[in-house]
Amino acid sequence: MGFRRRKYEERIFRVLMLGATAVVVGSLLLILGTVVIKAWPALKLDMILKTPRGGYYMGKEGGILNAILGSLYLASGATFLALLLSLPIVLYLNVYTRRKSAWAVQVRFALDVLWGVPSIVYGAFGFIVMVLIGLRASLLAGIITVALLELPIMARAMDEVIRLVPQALKDASASLGATRLETAFKVVLRQCLPGLLTAVLIAFGRGVGDAASVLFTAGFTDSVPTSLFQPAATLPLAIFFQLGTPFPEVQQRAYASAALLTFLILIISLAARALSRKLRKHTLK
Amino acid sequence: MLLLTALPGLVVGLILLGLLLKSRGILAMKPLSALLFGSDWHPLKGGFGLFPFLVGTLWVTLAAMILAVPISLLTAVYLSEYAPRIVRSAAKPLIDLLSGIPSVVFGVWGVLLVVPFVGRVVAPLFGVYSSGYSILAGAVVLAIMIFPTIILVCLEVFASVSQDLRDTSLALGATKWETVKHVVLRKGAGGIIAAVVLGFSRAFGETMAVLMVVGNVAKVPHSLFDSAYPLPALIANNYGEMMSIPLYDSAIMLSALVLFLIVLVFNLAARVFLTRVEKKVE
Repeated sequence: MGFRRRKYEERIFRVLMLGATAVVVGSLLLILGTVVIKAWPALKLDMILKTPRGGYYMGKEGGILNAILGSLYLASGATFLALLLSLPIVLYLNVYTRRKSAWAVQVRFALDVLWGVPSIVYGAFGFIVMVLIGLRASLLAGIITVALLELPIMARAMDEVIRLVPQALKDASASLGATRLETAFKVVLRQCLPGLLTAVLIAFGRGVGDAASVLFTAGFTDSVPTSLFQPAATLPLAIFFQLGTPFPEVQQRAYASAALLTFLILIISLAARALSRKLRKHTLK
Repeated sequence: MLLLTALPGLVVGLILLGLLLKSRGILAMKPLSALLFGSDWHPLKGGFGLFPFLVGTLWVTLAAMILAVPISLLTAVYLSEYAPRIVRSAAKPLIDLLSGIPSVVFGVWGVLLVVPFVGRVVAPLFGVYSSGYSILAGAVVLAIMIFPTIILVCLEVFASVSQDLRDTSLALGATKWETVKHVVLRKGAGGIIAAVVLGFSRAFGETMAVLMVVGNVAKVPHSLFDSAYPLPALIANNYGEMMSIPLYDSAIMLSALVLFLIVLVFNLAARVFLTRVEKKVE
C-alpha cells in the first residue's frame, strides 16, 4: 500500500472516530437538554410537595410526592436488602475461596447470568412469588423484586473493588493472628469502603429508575404508603402513566417528572463520586 | 456466608422453575411450534401465536445493533487509543451517566424527539408514511441505551492488550490506525464479540423505553417504518387483563420464559468469549 493511501486511511478513521464519540456524548446532552427544556414550564414546587388530588390525571391540582417518596422508600428498602445479601457473598468469595476455585467460578457465573436477566423478567418472577405466598402488590413485594434486580449489580461492582485488595494485606492480617472473619470485616471491608459505597449507590440508582420490575409488584396509588403491605407509587411509573393520558397538561407533568427523576439519578451518581473520593483518604495505599 | 453464596445460583434456578411451572398450562394445550411460530394472536379466541412478538423484538434489536456497534466501537477505540488524557477522563463519567439514565426517561425523550423526527422527516424522505411510532424509533432509542454497555466492555478489553505489542507494531512503521486494526482489534476480537453479545442481550430484554416508542401493533412487521410489538412490551402491557382470560396468564409467562432463555444463551456465549480472552491475555 502506498504511503499516501495509508495516511488517508488513518485520517478517515480519525474523523470517523471523532464523529462517533461526538454522537455518543451528543446524544447524552440531547437527552438531558430535551427533557429539561420540555419540563421547564411544568416544573412547579407543587410537583414535589403535594400528592395527587382528585382528577390529577385529568389536569387538576396536585403533585407527585407520592411517587417520589414511594420510589425512595422502595429503592432504600431494596438496596438495604441487596446489601445484606451481596456483602457476605462477595466477602466470602474474596476471603474464603481462591479465585480459581470451582465454587467461586460458579457463583460469579450465576451473578453474571442474573446481571443479564431483563427487569421485566424479574417483574414476572416477583409476581409469581407474590401469588405463591399470597402477597398483594405492595411496597414489600416491590422491595423484594427490586432487591433481586439490584443484587447482581451490587455484588459485581463490589467484587471488582474487593478483588483489588492486595493479598499481602490479607496475609499480614492473618499473620497477626486474625481469623478470616476478622480479616474480612476489619481489614478488607475497611480498606474497600469507598468502592463499596459506590457500588451501593449505583445499585440504589438502578432501583430508583427501574420501571418494568415494579409494574407488577409494587402497584400504584395516590397516597404515600404508611406500611410495607400497602401499594406504593414509583416515579418511573408515574412518568409512564402521566405520559399515557390524552391531556397535554398532564403530559407536560410527565416531562417535569422525568426531569426530576433524571436530576435524582444525577445527584446519586455525583454523590457516589464525591463520597468515594472523600473516603479514599482512609485507605492504605 | 457459604450458604448465601449459593443464593445467586438458586435465584437463577427458581426463576427458571417458576416461569416453567407457570407456562406449563399453555404448553400442555398447544404444541410449542404453534406457540413460537404461529402469527395468530387472539387471546379471547384462544390464539396464542408469539411469532409477531419474537420477530418484532428481533427487528428492533438488530436495527439497534447495526446503529450501535460501529459507533460504540469507534468511540471505544478513540477513547482508548487516540484521545488525550483530559478527553478520556471527561468522557468516562459522561458514559457512566448515560448508562445510569432510567429507561423511562429514554422513552420520554424518544416520544418527544425521535418519534416525530422519524414520522415527519425520515419517513417522508423515503416516500413512506409512518406515524413515527416505529421499529426505527425503537432502534434509535435502544442503540443509545446500549452505547455504554458496548463501550465500557470494549475499553476494558483494549486496556488488557499489552502496550508492548502496540509499540512493536509502531516500531515496524505501522501507522496508528494500522496498529489498531492489526494488533488491538485482532487481539481483542473475542472481547469485542462478547461486548456486542452483551449489548444485544441488554437490548433484547429492554422494556419500557421500547414499549413507549415502538407502536405496539401485533403484526409481523415488514419495514423499519412499521410498528412492532416486542416480547417485553407484550408482558408489560398485558399484566392487568391477563388474569381474567384462561391461558392468557400462562401465555404471558411463556413469553417471559422465552425471553429469559434467549438472554441466558446470549450471556453464556459472551462468557465463553470473555474467558477465552482472559486465557489469551494470561
